[in-house]
Amino acid sequence: MYDIFIIGSGVSGGFIALELSKYNLKVAIAERSLEPANGCSRANSGIVHGGYDPIPGTLKAKLNLRGSQMMPEVAKRLNIDFDPCGAHVLAFGADDDAKIQELYQRGLTNGVEGLSVITGDELRAKEPNVSEKVTSALYSATTGIISPYKMAIASTELACMNGCEFIRNCEVTGLESKGDHIAIHTTLGDYNSKYVVNAAGVNSAIIAKMLGDNSFGIIARKGEYLILDKSESGIVKSVIFQVPSNMGKGILVSPTIDGNVLLGPTSHNVDDKDDKSTTSAGIAEAVAGAKRSVPTVNERKLITMFAGVRSVPTTGDFVIGQSSAELRLFNAAGIESPGLTSSPAIAEYLVGIMKQAGVEMSEKKNYFVTRPAEKHVVHMPQNEANELIKADPAYGKIVCRCEQITEGEIIDAIRRPAGAVTVDGVKMRARAGMGRCHGGFCTSRVIEILSRELGVPETEIKKQNDGSNMLYRTLRED
Amino acid sequence: MKREDVIITCIACPNGCDIKITFGDDGNIASMEGYKCKNGVTYATAEVTAPERILTSSVAVVGGAFRLASVKTQKPIPKALLIDAVKEIAKVKVKAPISVGDVLLEDLAGTGVQVVSTCNVQAEK
Amino acid sequence: MENYVYKDIVIVGGGPAGLAAAISAKNNGVDDIVILERDKYAGGVLRQCIHDGFGLQMFGERLTGPEYAARYEDKANELGIEIKLNTFVLDISEDKVVRAISPEDGVVYYKAKAVVLAMGCREKPRPGIMLPGQRPAGVYTAGLVQRLINIDGFVPGKEAVILGSGDIGLIMARRLTLEGVKVKGVYELMSFSSGLKRNIVQCLDDFGIPLYLDHTVTDIHGKDRVTGVTVAKVDENKKPIPGTEQIIDCDMLVLSVGLIPENELSKSAGVQLNNVTGGLFVDDTMSTNRDGIFACGNVVHVHDLVDFVTIESNNAGKCAAEYVKGQIFEGDTMNVIPTNGVRYVVPNKIHKQHDRKTVELMFRVGRVYKNAKIVVSDSNGVMRSFNRNVLTPGEMEKIKLAQADIAAAVGDITVSIEE
Repeated sequence: MYDIFIIGSGVSGGFIALELSKYNLKVAIAERSLEPANGCSRANSGIVHGGYDPIPGTLKAKLNLRGSQMMPEVAKRLNIDFDPCGAHVLAFGADDDAKIQELYQRGLTNGVEGLSVITGDELRAKEPNVSEKVTSALYSATTGIISPYKMAIASTELACMNGCEFIRNCEVTGLESKGDHIAIHTTLGDYNSKYVVNAAGVNSAIIAKMLGDNSFGIIARKGEYLILDKSESGIVKSVIFQVPSNMGKGILVSPTIDGNVLLGPTSHNVDDKDDKSTTSAGIAEAVAGAKRSVPTVNERKLITMFAGVRSVPTTGDFVIGQSSAELRLFNAAGIESPGLTSSPAIAEYLVGIMKQAGVEMSEKKNYFVTRPAEKHVVHMPQNEANELIKADPAYGKIVCRCEQITEGEIIDAIRRPAGAVTVDGVKMRARAGMGRCHGGFCTSRVIEILSRELGVPETEIKKQNDGSNMLYRTLRED
Repeated sequence: MKREDVIITCIACPNGCDIKITFGDDGNIASMEGYKCKNGVTYATAEVTAPERILTSSVAVVGGAFRLASVKTQKPIPKALLIDAVKEIAKVKVKAPISVGDVLLEDLAGTGVQVVSTCNVQAEK
Repeated sequence: MENYVYKDIVIVGGGPAGLAAAISAKNNGVDDIVILERDKYAGGVLRQCIHDGFGLQMFGERLTGPEYAARYEDKANELGIEIKLNTFVLDISEDKVVRAISPEDGVVYYKAKAVVLAMGCREKPRPGIMLPGQRPAGVYTAGLVQRLINIDGFVPGKEAVILGSGDIGLIMARRLTLEGVKVKGVYELMSFSSGLKRNIVQCLDDFGIPLYLDHTVTDIHGKDRVTGVTVAKVDENKKPIPGTEQIIDCDMLVLSVGLIPENELSKSAGVQLNNVTGGLFVDDTMSTNRDGIFACGNVVHVHDLVDFVTIESNNAGKCAAEYVKGQIFEGDTMNVIPTNGVRYVVPNKIHKQHDRKTVELMFRVGRVYKNAKIVVSDSNGVMRSFNRNVLTPGEMEKIKLAQADIAAAVGDITVSIEE
């Protein structure tokens, strides 16, 4: 019997698990994929928003601001990079200028600091590559960039260091109220838990319905993105937005925390919640949108394209709290933008609600508050690197040539709590295969290391989910 | 029975001449056109009489620094035998160390052609 | 403060280019040489090219890739040239400090009198051709498939579609077929194959594998593993023609869509790149724009035959040795400028006075030409012209100019194609 069973290991599930792992509770986090962060948390803009955009009084407004304030400390404790590079929202003409003023006022109402409205020329003095057609811009000093999947992975990892159990490849197929607990039916078998937290992303409405909660629906909205080579870094120094519409914050041009440039997203509702395909039309739309802001964007420097599916709540706001249909169910659903920014605040807020609802929690005497830093050998001073390599020669063996990642770092990614079991899992944690050659050189080595570390044949190693085996059969072996 | 005309693309040089061959009633080559040099004649003649290919493949290695050793047939073998020949090579297992030129199979698929190693594989450390 | 290991010549890359350059440098009187090779074996990509056809120029034999590599590796060993395996070069500074890392030696700073760049090339991956669709397992570059099958010993799929008819794609069509993989077709965006004729005949025709020119892949299906691809015919602007789409079931898409010289390290050393090819600008001594940094092989320009890599690298090794010995070549130079139909020329700069009989120019054309002329001109007009029955982008073209012509040329020279 678990005390709390969290469904979904995106950023919401990860931070809720982390918050709960401070208490004497038996917590599990179940993920239908093989790795954490395989849904929207893997594929979004990676922006820590200032908080000027949400309608005042909403949960989005409140948790965005709180999350944005928490982020520097959160990133430090998780040992992941965060860059408060600032953002500019661009206006093209008088109508947009008015909207910029409106956003500015809204930001002030929401309590956001560091906002100012600047002229097009003032903007171009800071960001020389933005369009001549920009008439004014809202500057947000507190906006920043972060790796969304690193946030989910790192929070899950730290939660697991504190005793939380990560159950991968575990898709919930049914939930049953049993009076004093909930029975959880999954593809891995049945589990029982006193409480269930629904952080199931695009599937959260389906999960809620399993316990009779029809209070919200989820619309799947796909966004397609492009990533440009590191050679393009510097084209913009801050996140460049356009004036938002009712379909989202529009197409942005942004530096990424890893030093690339991000373009996108498009924004289209889709029927298939798992539709992560990119399209020629989507790519063209993202490029055209990006060029409207920054005409010198060079799409030929593209190194990858991806798409994510956002969970848009039919209620218009985050759905966070105790379910009225089933008191043992707590929802953290409809976490669309600014969900990434809000996620640490969502966890704090939801756990507060759980306490108020009578979930017994006593704080542990000791728990980890900091996730150990990852080693990146090529950035170390010579003597430090050489001591490490002497102790373990795997740290001297470069596997990923583009990102200069050693075998030792890949082994770390596998051995960490809730560690990597797939090629994409290694890529998300250690960046191997993330560079310009796209794993052309390192894929076979990563498969070999995974096979050795996990003790399974190479032909069983998967790219991401079940059924995504990389190799079909061994040659010359009977 | 009279053989139908064929067009052979010559591979002797980048020109890639398309050589048209017609056959006489006896089945022998009656005429050839479209070639630019005598290499074309030699190649096209072989292609319509007894086409042969060098086969390159690999065999399993036991106790080596590599899992596989690359191999080739010492001489060209009939084109029609390629697929069967690979099946036979696939059964071969050799022990490291292996050097370039080592004979790993004496008679491939009844052709009398040897299969030799094309690489060096040291014994596993 | 870093500890330096001092070397006369540091060679970055132990493939055919690096091995030949090292041997040549040694034979030209420099002993203190190290080759830094990132893989666990020397020979580079040749080790996975187990097919034959290498060495016709150098040895008059049809060797396989591993045999060709072994000849040079054996020679290097015989000459006592140090080859550091599993050693990855992290960066090269403008003053020729090479930072390398390996499990055995850790992080080492080599201070070299001369550096030879011989990193080879890499394959253009999926995003390089902006191919949309799902991102399942089963989309591999041809070279990766080749490594998986020939070195690691794995067959990556059951049914393949190959996009791109470059030589590696054609070679892999045959290799996969011989190992029981059904190759459903090779699709080529252009109206011609960039592969060698003999590969089209022996790798496709021999096995009845169809080649579809003017076609491309427009979509990839399958969320976990590839379940199929959409192919379509393209118009003269290489845009897919609506209505010609067709879904081909397969579990693997093999990409053979081009090679890119691997010049990340060259950039760190401040070496000038040719933006047209991603290769390097070098003069007739295979020297880059950086003093004492030489380059050879596919890092300079993508060759079609390894024999030409060897010849080029022999020159680079010799010139690097001369540089170390203080025989620095100075004097007037002239530029060699590619024009009409010629994409690039190596070398792009020639010393006017030199003790030699001829200078060889290597280049590639941008499209197929039949019955064309290669014309070399200086500012006074046409110097020489060379007739060719066929010129194709897939085959590297070579011409020789007499030293007397070079010495007499006025201003820069151009190389162009006339039909």
